[in-house]
Amino acid sequence: MRRHISKLALFTGAALWAAASGAFAHGFAGKRFFPATLATDDPFVADELSLPTVSRRKTGGNGDEPATLETDTSVDFTKRITPNFGIGLGGTWVNQKPDGGDTVRGFDNFAANVKYQFLKSDEHETIMSVGVDWDIGNTGAKRLGPDTFSTLTPTFFAGKGFGDLPDSLPYLKPFAVTGTLGLAVPTRSSTTTVADDGTETTTQNPNVINVGFAVQYSLLYLQSFVKDVGLSEPFNRLIPLVEVSMQRPTDGSAPTTGTINPGVLWAGRYMQVGLEAIIPMNRATGGKNGVLFQLHFFLDDLFPRSIGRPIFE
Amino acid sequence: MTTRVLVRATLLAALAWPAAALAHAFLDRAVPAVGGKVHGKPAEVRLRFSQALEPAFSTVQVFDAGGKQVDRKDKGLDPADASVLRVSLPPLDPGVYRVVWRVLSVDTHVTEGDYRFEVAP
Repeated sequence: MRRHISKLALFTGAALWAAASGAFAHGFAGKRFFPATLATDDPFVADELSLPTVSRRKTGGNGDEPATLETDTSVDFTKRITPNFGIGLGGTWVNQKPDGGDTVRGFDNFAANVKYQFLKSDEHETIMSVGVDWDIGNTGAKRLGPDTFSTLTPTFFAGKGFGDLPDSLPYLKPFAVTGTLGLAVPTRSSTTTVADDGTETTTQNPNVINVGFAVQYSLLYLQSFVKDVGLSEPFNRLIPLVEVSMQRPTDGSAPTTGTINPGVLWAGRYMQVGLEAIIPMNRATGGKNGVLFQLHFFLDDLFPRSIGRPIFE
Repeated sequence: MTTRVLVRATLLAALAWPAAALAHAFLDRAVPAVGGKVHGKPAEVRLRFSQALEPAFSTVQVFDAGGKQVDRKDKGLDPADASVLRVSLPPLDPGVYRVVWRVLSVDTHVTEGDYRFEVAP
């Protein structure tokens, strides 16, 4: 009996706290739910697990390097330390099948990141964060030839829903945009390798500007807040989107490359599923079209009283 | 091969995830409908959510075009279904009305929203 009373008291306390402070958790700003996008880092901090993210695409040949069919399988875990500050860890298993060559497999360099969400406007459905991604050099399989140096990427993240548009534009309200702007800074400006015959080759490692954004149209938002158009499960939880991911060295040593990814997300109660095409955005990017798939779990929904909560509240 | 095994294992894990797990409450269906037009005088607003709600901290209010609250302030959960939040309405004049809700799911997650409906003559 006493145990039940304690549980009741604990729950009531949690409910009171949540009701007072608004425990919106993953990707909410007001009534806007921002899904986790596949190619563009999210503008919010959350307790989430992407397991797995699988991409498959044939890259173009370059000089002596043959065209290669690459399949990457990634796991990413993010954890809130406080409601607005989180950390993340990620690893990618790489499978490379070069034309006419043997398949090479192994882990790519592991990555870690920190992120601080400094702005959330419920009224304007806006979230902004800053963070740093750390690609940890020399942690991948040597046979893949991963970077032997680390790369730090300070990044600005933003998300904006258009629910605050005038009521005369109701069908534009389900639109939202998320985006990132980062500068990848290698910890070593150049790398020198020595061939078996003693020949030294020096490769420059320029800083790289990374830009990514996702334009999404939430049928969930349309159905719940604008107009019930009669969609039922699973269509009322679909979010069609287009993601664009671009990179360019700041020293101009290479052209802008990137991909355009049209696709769709389905957001469920505990997880979401995403599927996108990967389309090279220009000739410099090279290669062929590919595919990107992700299963993404909302840990704050699955385990709201344990690992789904910030460590310090 | 490894990728295929991992994808299959993950799908299996997703399907086998405990059904008792809880989540944010999304609005599944509303009467009067979101953005809908009603002929006659609706007796109440009923909101069906994707999961059970905590009654003490779940609210729904109805406002007229002038911002005046017009519901009977008797909001509550449907005794037969804890995922349905309802509030009674007096006879409404033709016009546009706004429903504003904020709910606490039983796992302490808050969601909120609003929508409009029209009462036609």
